[in-house]
Amino acid sequence: MDLRYFAWLRERIGTGHEQVETEATTVAELIDELKRRDEAYAFAFSDLTAIRAAVNQDLVELDAPITGAREVAFFPPMTGG
Amino acid sequence: MIRVQAEPFDMGAELTRFTGSVSGAGAVVSFSGLVRDVASGDLDRMVIEHYPGMTEKALAGIADQARARWSLAGVFVLHRYGEMRPGEPIMMVATASRHRADAFAAAEFLMDYLKSRAPFWKQEITADGGQWVAAKDEDEAALKRW
Repeated sequence: MDLRYFAWLRERIGTGHEQVETEATTVAELIDELKRRDEAYAFAFSDLTAIRAAVNQDLVELDAPITGAREVAFFPPMTGG
Repeated sequence: MIRVQAEPFDMGAELTRFTGSVSGAGAVVSFSGLVRDVASGDLDRMVIEHYPGMTEKALAGIADQARARWSLAGVFVLHRYGEMRPGEPIMMVATASRHRADAFAAAEFLMDYLKSRAPFWKQEITADGGQWVAAKDEDEAALKRW
């Protein structure tokens, strides 16, 4: 599965893209798995109210399923316009 | 029509082109967002990051929602990414309809939705470095009126 990170989440994690093998079935489970990796991930995902997620480029809630997804992205609340 | 680009654009030329592309319209409404200086007045530039692929998908989805809700002769959304200077245009929306109410409402709807549902992130660069712009609670609250 391809993971994408944007804005300050990308800066905190130190990369904008990585590939992972995961057993997680939801976005929230995937976040828990990532947070256990190291301090950078734990810090990046420390405040879940500031995290938005997209599965296959569609915005989803954190309890959304990811089974079979090819791309999951994490980013802060959007500030376009 | 949706366009995502790094290059600056000419608001007047875009509006003229859009107006010429719609038929049967009696009203055209447009909004343009510009790079605003920071309170201290020393903004060097703004850098906008986006999510290629999702950006186009999200903007097209928002434009489709607007077309489904109002009777529109045309919808145009243009948004830049990358580096831009204070005063430069960041984005614009334009809507056309037979009567003005639909065009006004649809333009406001497009703005409210693209502010917090399209994957763009603004960073302000001053002599002190870069600062990510924080999302405002009222931007999220603005979606509830639709």
